[in-house]
Parts: sequence; C-alpha cells; structure tokens
Amino acid sequence: MNRALGLGFLAFLVSIPFWIGDQYLLHILINAGIFVIGAMSLNLLLGYTGQLSLGHVAFFGIGAYTSALLSLGFDVTTFWGGELVVGPQPVWLSFLAGIVLAGLAGWFIGRISFKVRGAYFVIITISFAEVTKLVALNWVDLTEGPMALISIPPFSVSIPGIWEATFYGKTPNYYIMLAIGVVSYIVIKRLVNSRLGRAMVALRENEPLAMSVGIDVTRYLVLAAVVSAAIAGAAGGLYTHYVRIVDPDVFLFIYTVTMVIMVITGGKGTLAGPIVGGIIFGVLPEILREFMGPEAQWVTYGAVMIAIVMFLPEGIVPALTRFWERRKESRDASDRMITGRAASSATETPSE
Amino acid sequence: MLAIEGLSCRYNKITAVKGVSLEVKEGELVTLIGANGAGKTTTLRALSGLVRDLDGRIVFEGEDITGAPPRDIIARGIAHCPEGRRVFPYMTVEENLEMGAYLRQTGNGINSDMERVYEQFPVLKERRKQAAGTLSGGEQQMLAIGRALMSRPKLILFDEPSLGLAPNIVQKTFGIISEICRQGTTVLMVEQNAYGALGMCHRSYLLESGEVVLTGTGSDMLDNPHVREAYLGG
Repeated sequence: MNRALGLGFLAFLVSIPFWIGDQYLLHILINAGIFVIGAMSLNLLLGYTGQLSLGHVAFFGIGAYTSALLSLGFDVTTFWGGELVVGPQPVWLSFLAGIVLAGLAGWFIGRISFKVRGAYFVIITISFAEVTKLVALNWVDLTEGPMALISIPPFSVSIPGIWEATFYGKTPNYYIMLAIGVVSYIVIKRLVNSRLGRAMVALRENEPLAMSVGIDVTRYLVLAAVVSAAIAGAAGGLYTHYVRIVDPDVFLFIYTVTMVIMVITGGKGTLAGPIVGGIIFGVLPEILREFMGPEAQWVTYGAVMIAIVMFLPEGIVPALTRFWERRKESRDASDRMITGRAASSATETPSE
Repeated sequence: MLAIEGLSCRYNKITAVKGVSLEVKEGELVTLIGANGAGKTTTLRALSGLVRDLDGRIVFEGEDITGAPPRDIIARGIAHCPEGRRVFPYMTVEENLEMGAYLRQTGNGINSDMERVYEQFPVLKERRKQAAGTLSGGEQQMLAIGRALMSRPKLILFDEPSLGLAPNIVQKTFGIISEICRQGTTVLMVEQNAYGALGMCHRSYLLESGEVVLTGTGSDMLDNPHVREAYLGG
C-alpha cells in the first residue's frame, strides 16, 4: 500500500515537466526539491538520532563551494607559502568531491560533539555554520568573498570525443534534482530500516538504556552525522550547478530554519515527513504570491506553521497515518458488527 | 565467576564507591542491599562499563574486564537490566526484545530465544506489536527482563527491579528472578527492599556510604541486629 503510494507519487513527479510548460513553475519545483533533499538529510539527525543540527547549511554550503571551486578551477596561496593551482575538473567529479568533503565535515562535527547533546550540540553546529560562512566571506583569494563565484558550469554528460550534452534548461535540471532526491531517499530508507537505524532510534529514545544493551552510541551518532552531511553536500552541489552562482549567502541561518520547519511540520522521524513538509513550505510562498501581497504572504506562512505545530504537534505524516489507521479500524469493527460476529475487544486499555 | 577487588568509583570529585570487594559464584543469586546513595547502582554501572572513572579490578571468568566498553562486556555474557525507565517506549515489544540481541551479529536462534521469552511471559506475546510505553509498569519490567535474557547472558545484573512497582508485582518479579537463577543464569541484584532481597538470595552484601560493611547468607543477614535495626524496621 505504502509502496504503491510512493511509486505513484514518483510517477507523478516524473510526469510534471510533460504537462507544466511554465519554466518559472519548474524553477520553483527545483528549488523546493533542493530544500526537500536538505530536509531529508536533516531528518536523519533530528528525527532518528534526536540531535538538532542548527548549522545544517554549513554542509550544504561546503558541498556547494567545493563543487563550484573544483569545476571552475582555482589557485590559492597555501598557509605554508606555496601556491596550489587546480585546473577545472569535470562537473560530476567536483560534485562527488563536494559530497565527500561535506561528509568529512560531518565526521568532524560528529567527533567533536560526541560528548555533548541537546543544547550543546545545537551551539556547536551553529558555531560551525558561522565559521564556514566567515571563511567563505573573507577568504577572498579562494572564494571571491561577497563578489561570489560566477559562471559555474552546469551539469553535463559526455562520451569523450563522440557526444556531449550540457544541461542549461529547467527540465533536465528538474530530472537531475529528482534523481538525486530519489537516491538520497533510498540511502536514508535503507539506513534507518537496518540494524544501524534501529540503534539510532534506540539512542534517541533512551541513551543509557541503549548503551546498556551494547550499542556504541558515539559510532552511530558519527555515522548519522556523516551520511546526513554528505546528502546535504549533494543538495549544495546540485544547487551550485543549477543556479550557477554561489555566494556566502548560502550559509544564511534562515535556510537551516526553513529545513527544520519542513522536517518538524512534515513529521520528524518519518521517511515521508520532510518530503511533505518540504513541498508545502517550498511551494506555499509561490502559491500565496498569486493572490496576496508580500506582507500578507509571510503572515499566512507563519499562521500555517503555527496551526500545524499546534494541532498536529507530531507533524502531518504521523497524523495522517493515525487518521488512516483509525478509519480502517472502525471500518473493520463495523464489518464485524454487521456480520453479527461477537466483536472480541482487542483494544483493552492498558493499565497504568 | 565474577570477582570485584577494591573497586572505587568517582563522579567528578565525589567518591561514590570506596574499595568494594565482592564475589559472585556461578549459579548464585547474590544481592547488594543498602540505602539510597550507598553506591549500589554505581557498582553495577561500573560492572557493565557505564562508569569509566574507576580504580580496582573487575574479573569475569578469569579475565580482567576493568574499563572495557559496554558492548565488550555484554558480548562476554553480562547483561544489565537498568533501573527506572526500562524500555524503549516508542518501539514495539518485539523490537525491544530484538534490541536485547543487538550484539549478536547473526540471526541464529533469535526467534527461538524470543519464543522462550514469550513462553515465560505470555502477556508479552499478546502485546508484541504494541508500543512498549503503553504497557503497565509490571509488564514493562517483564519486558526489560526478557530483553536482558535475549543476549543469552551468563550473568544478569538487576538494578532495583522493585522500584515503582505495586507490591504484588514486586513479589512476582522476585519470583521470576529466582526462577531465572534456578534455570542456570547467575544473578547479581541491587535492591533497596532489603526484606524481599534477603529472603530470596543465596548471599548478600550490605553497602553503607560506598563500603561493604556486612556480608553473609540471606538468612544470616536477616537475623543480624544491625540489619534488623536499620533496614527491616526493628
């Protein structure tokens, strides 16, 4: 049932460019998709291990800058005096390097914050994001600072000497976004449904108990941080080669907050949650723009958010799942009544 | 089977356990009694590797396990049934039991072990798809015991199994623990309920302010004037 729903939704997403001709709408969808990938990666940490990373844009930005710099090529004076010159690399290689470097940053953050939890983890991640932002802003030799890196090459594929395609258009970029999103989803799904995922949930629910059954808490926190950061880095690389310009604003705190909102409203700790939340909050501002002024847009955005948090505190996906199950249960119950079988009450209320 | 020699543990500058030595022989049911803050729980936590700042030696089956990480200790056959919130509340009963077998890499025998736990606690089988947090206190305790059994331990450490349970459930829990011991698993149990603990154990140690002040068989301890005075209400 769930699988059919998922595949149906995927088919719907694949079909979109065939019937949406409006390039601007496609652009909105690609942007929303990039955020959804970021939110999915954040959900791995926030939803499954219970650690709130408020510096998630750092990984996104590291992926974006790494991929941009390698594909453009750069030369920079190193700390020990020599000069490092790197020529332009193929986009796919730069993109992979961005993922790897973001993953390494995740490992680093996971390691140094392995002893701290809760508020302290939040502070470390915020600081980390601020530091990366300052580096991007001030290391002008490398990053061009506020002047931004421009003319970044878009994604391309080629069979050397025979055939080459460079993806400037919205439609191919939409499909690249979709492909990266699907791969990220599958990676996260396989991880959380495995033994490792069970361990992560156990340490979220009761860390001392998780340790007492023999779970190496540090190892799993670090693993979650690495995978989460690498996927955020992929989202960053995707952004870079789509928008083709990257400046220190990719490190803005508001982007992290947006991802957190998507995860929380959609339902943290569920696979579909960040996708649902991401689509709602990625597309909502554009829908609102159709029929209200900018001030009213943000007020509505805020009101929707508060309403969801107030009435569906666990998020949209868990609420829908429960609604669905309850309907099914009551339907089953009424079926039993009709057939006249004694409804054996399976729903004994647990004592205490 | 298990020998602790001169164990001391500190939390920052406070020494919670001061030179405790004790021994548990194979097949025994040994209890550790004492008031709040006597160092009972700390001793257990040190045993299972959850307290790291310690002096002294812990020897299990002839091997020094002092300072080993928790997963190594569980892999050697010591299961810990901690006090307080004992289950993963949002996981189902079945998933909680699976967590107990977490360190067993292969799936070999996990299902048959689970069946054995269900045989012992039929109520868990009835509720196996239910979130553990919705069980009653007594059922949660049974689940915690079942989970500890899932790692196929040679020695189980119980930390305050009676805490927060209704008196009749406490009796039942003690009965289950005695039964586990009779079936061949060695037990070391920490308990504040001195009367119950002394009545069921082979031997016992009394801890006061981090030191062992008295040791003997359960019945000897029950007759001891100091124990009667301080722990059994005269």
